[in-house]
Amino acid sequence: MDEGLRSELQKQGVFTTTLEDLYNWGRKNSVWPLQFGLACCAIEMIATSMARYDLARFGAEVFRPSPRQADLMIVAGTVTKKMAPQVVRLYNQMPEPKYVIAMGACAISGGPFKQGYNVLKGIDRYIPVDVHIPGCPPRPEALLHAFMTLQRKIDEQPLTGNGRPRHLDPAAPSEFVVPQFGAHDLEPPSNSSLWRAPAVSEKGS
Amino acid sequence: MIALDRIKSQLEAAVPGARLEIVPNDSPSGQRSLLVDNAHAAAVAERLRDDPELRLDYASNVTGVDWPETELSEKVKIKRVVEGVESEVEEIRKTLRPGYLEAVYHLYSMEKKHGPVILRMRTENRTDKARLPSLTAVWRACEFQEREIYDLYGIVFDGHPDLRRILMWDGFQDHPMRKDYVEPDDFEYEPTPHDEVLERAKRHHSREAAT
Repeated sequence: MDEGLRSELQKQGVFTTTLEDLYNWGRKNSVWPLQFGLACCAIEMIATSMARYDLARFGAEVFRPSPRQADLMIVAGTVTKKMAPQVVRLYNQMPEPKYVIAMGACAISGGPFKQGYNVLKGIDRYIPVDVHIPGCPPRPEALLHAFMTLQRKIDEQPLTGNGRPRHLDPAAPSEFVVPQFGAHDLEPPSNSSLWRAPAVSEKGS
Repeated sequence: MIALDRIKSQLEAAVPGARLEIVPNDSPSGQRSLLVDNAHAAAVAERLRDDPELRLDYASNVTGVDWPETELSEKVKIKRVVEGVESEVEEIRKTLRPGYLEAVYHLYSMEKKHGPVILRMRTENRTDKARLPSLTAVWRACEFQEREIYDLYGIVFDGHPDLRRILMWDGFQDHPMRKDYVEPDDFEYEPTPHDEVLERAKRHHSREAAT
């Protein structure tokens, strides 16, 4: 709609919008996270939800204890290989539309512990991640910025056509393969439909 | 804190047949440890805990060490005939020290407020005879720590109430903290790889291209 016409109508007390804007406005302003802290980043997440950096004013009103009632999973902390199947299982139990924020270096790529024998090098190997927050740990302001980035991402999702959210797309998968415990490593070591190892450039350092 | 030599002589008197040895320590901390043989370890541990002077009732840390087979070389001065003249010559003699696994206990006393006394136990070898007596009956704190050593080093503790893996999952086969542990091909993304990481990344990509 023409912006000039819209502002004229607004002055007369008539407000116009699109169904898409209204739908996404409702969705993005009430994203309820799942209580999911694994390690040190969880402390920063708790700090973000407390009085000084209040996350509730952005719509994350309560951290839901049950995945069935949550919209957002903030993976905060190192994901160990022993914990990885449970993370994927909890993600599968969340109803659509659901989003994932990978908080901290460990959730993005294994972080400072990536050479560990029990560290999963990034949760995006098994579940689709929408926003990554670098940092070790990221400050509460960074988590707020990531939350706002997620809200902007939700806002830009159209209702029809390409890029529509998964719950409006019957062909899109919403449950992903849960890794099993193998003899030496998780099986499969990553979900090949979600994550491919990035190419290695020949130029060293 | 009583000197380690006196502790050793007291233990040898109290527990007949125990073979104790003081392991030297050249590092700046100078903390020497007491090596005890496996058959008398439980008796020695109980004696350390109950002795009225020592009262070491707190096992603060139990850890494992992997000593792989190493070749020790030492310079030895021997008399040898060189060009008809008998003289002292330096020769490098190499000995093969067999490998073993070790469990190290750090013991403190809450009552007397002294410590640490460091206790060591060695297995016979790193392959089939990696068994040690469990000291969980003496100090309850050893329970989880010995499970961790079993998980990461493979030492089986006889007499442990619940010996199973604690950090890795139950079906896991290897013992990750051993020196010969090979990591699985779990791609480690490094933006500017070089040396070993570059080799591993190239191998991973060639393996992926092959499958």
